[in-house]
Amino acid sequence: MKVLVAVKRVIDPNVKVRVKADQTGVETANVKMAMNPFDEIGVEEAIRMREAGTAEEIVAVSIGARQVQETIRTALAMGADRGIHVATDEDVQPLAAAKLLKAVVEKEQPQIVILGKQAVDDDAGQTGQMLAGLLGWSQATFASKIVLGNGDAEITREVDGGLETLKVSLPAVVTTDLRLNEPRYASLPNIMKAKKKPIEEMTPADLGVDAAPRLKLVKVVEPPKRKAGVKVESVAELVDKLRNEAKVI
Amino acid sequence: MSVLVIAEHDDAELKPATLNTVTAAKALGGEIHVLVVGEGCGGVAEAAAKIDGVARVLVADAPECAHRLAENVANLVVGLADGYSHILAPHTTSGKNILPRAAALLDIQPVSDITAVISEDTFERPIYAGNGIATVQSTDAKKLITVRTTAFEPAAEAGGSAAVEQTAATADAGLSSFVRAESSQSERPELTSAKIIISGGRGMQSGENFDMLERVADKLGAAVGASRAAVDAGFVPNDYQVGQTGKIVAPDLYIAVGLSGAIQHLAGMKDSKVIVAINKDEEAPIFQVADYGIVGDLFDVVPQLEAELDKQG
Repeated sequence: MKVLVAVKRVIDPNVKVRVKADQTGVETANVKMAMNPFDEIGVEEAIRMREAGTAEEIVAVSIGARQVQETIRTALAMGADRGIHVATDEDVQPLAAAKLLKAVVEKEQPQIVILGKQAVDDDAGQTGQMLAGLLGWSQATFASKIVLGNGDAEITREVDGGLETLKVSLPAVVTTDLRLNEPRYASLPNIMKAKKKPIEEMTPADLGVDAAPRLKLVKVVEPPKRKAGVKVESVAELVDKLRNEAKVI
Repeated sequence: MSVLVIAEHDDAELKPATLNTVTAAKALGGEIHVLVVGEGCGGVAEAAAKIDGVARVLVADAPECAHRLAENVANLVVGLADGYSHILAPHTTSGKNILPRAAALLDIQPVSDITAVISEDTFERPIYAGNGIATVQSTDAKKLITVRTTAFEPAAEAGGSAAVEQTAATADAGLSSFVRAESSQSERPELTSAKIIISGGRGMQSGENFDMLERVADKLGAAVGASRAAVDAGFVPNDYQVGQTGKIVAPDLYIAVGLSGAIQHLAGMKDSKVIVAINKDEEAPIFQVADYGIVGDLFDVVPQLEAELDKQG
């Protein structure tokens, strides 16, 4: 079985993001970048499937400018077998990403596509569901457990009320949630080995996809700041303030 | 122009998220219809018909709609889309699961997690864990939107008298099936609609220690939440998680206990009206957003809080 994992290059989640003064976006120059954390979980899950003998090949796909090849290399260093880089310098929104991934899926014919449930840059959380819709495949979002069966999979999802388990027929699109696994760190020998693994390049035009954005970014501003509060000395004082000053209890 | 709101419910009851989403629909203008999809959801449809401002309720009540599987509900929404300029769902796990799939089938780029309606095609939404507020304008003919419920007041649950109409379910896509649900059973209010929340972080040290928070919660009629660290450590179930990748909450009072206040957690609760922080590390970032802070060991402070509430309550 072949597994396709989609990986996105984002600002490292530990970096404090700053809005640009001209309101055109956020500062990305000289900012540390990383693989979207949910996508790392996706790569890890694919590797575990191969270690369990259920997956034979893992293909890591990323969309974007030349630098996303670093993110693909990270996936290869973790254990993916080869990479696909859909090269574009344009802003790729989730619908366009889903269309590009659909075209890659049609070439590669995987049984499972794993994506993060959201990317921690635009926080949209759409691409996996959109890809599943375009392919007409089953979908299981927010997965915290995947048990592969014969031609299907039982997938436990993290939902608002607790957990929900679905049986989905394969091929399927799965999006990862935090508790699916803990991604491994790439070892130095594997980082060296990853440099020799192939990355195939293609463009949206090669895939016959119109990736033009549909949402116009009007501006980005900083959120309103909260005023600093006060430290209280005792619990009695706290309860008194909550009752009589804030009037919330 | 008319707006379709996909109701949030569990067949037994209409969830408050629906009411906030109706308010977002009102901001768009036009006639508001509510879609109730499920099996045995007639009572929910009647409740939806009473929401102030709703003109019509469409009900798809059929075995094919059971558990609101994304593949089936998305097809149903696509079938109804012709009559609407906007289709809205709350940004809940159910809304997030269904709406983008329907949008892709309609060749529309949806707008997720909006916090304000600027005009019928322009919306505000947080990006980068709320470190930026983006204004985006949709160029698609139809707008598919998920709504951050805490950014909109709930519509009144009474006052409406919408007509309830049955709508045919689409055939089961046959792609997935429901196996089981493990629901967190709790007598306490739901996190996303609670007026008061008390949340614990890694400093709680164990799941048993959350009992302390639950006792305080019961005195205040509060819900109990947690940071990602506390969920990852297995102290409490996943649906307790508040933050960028968990639940977004904005209660009147949020009490953060033993929780440092990572940016990803703040993204989920910083719109709370009043924030209280209890932490032994006075440098913890949670104090920068807290209205009232107590620097102290939570294992001393929380029992005192419980006793104090008894004393004056």
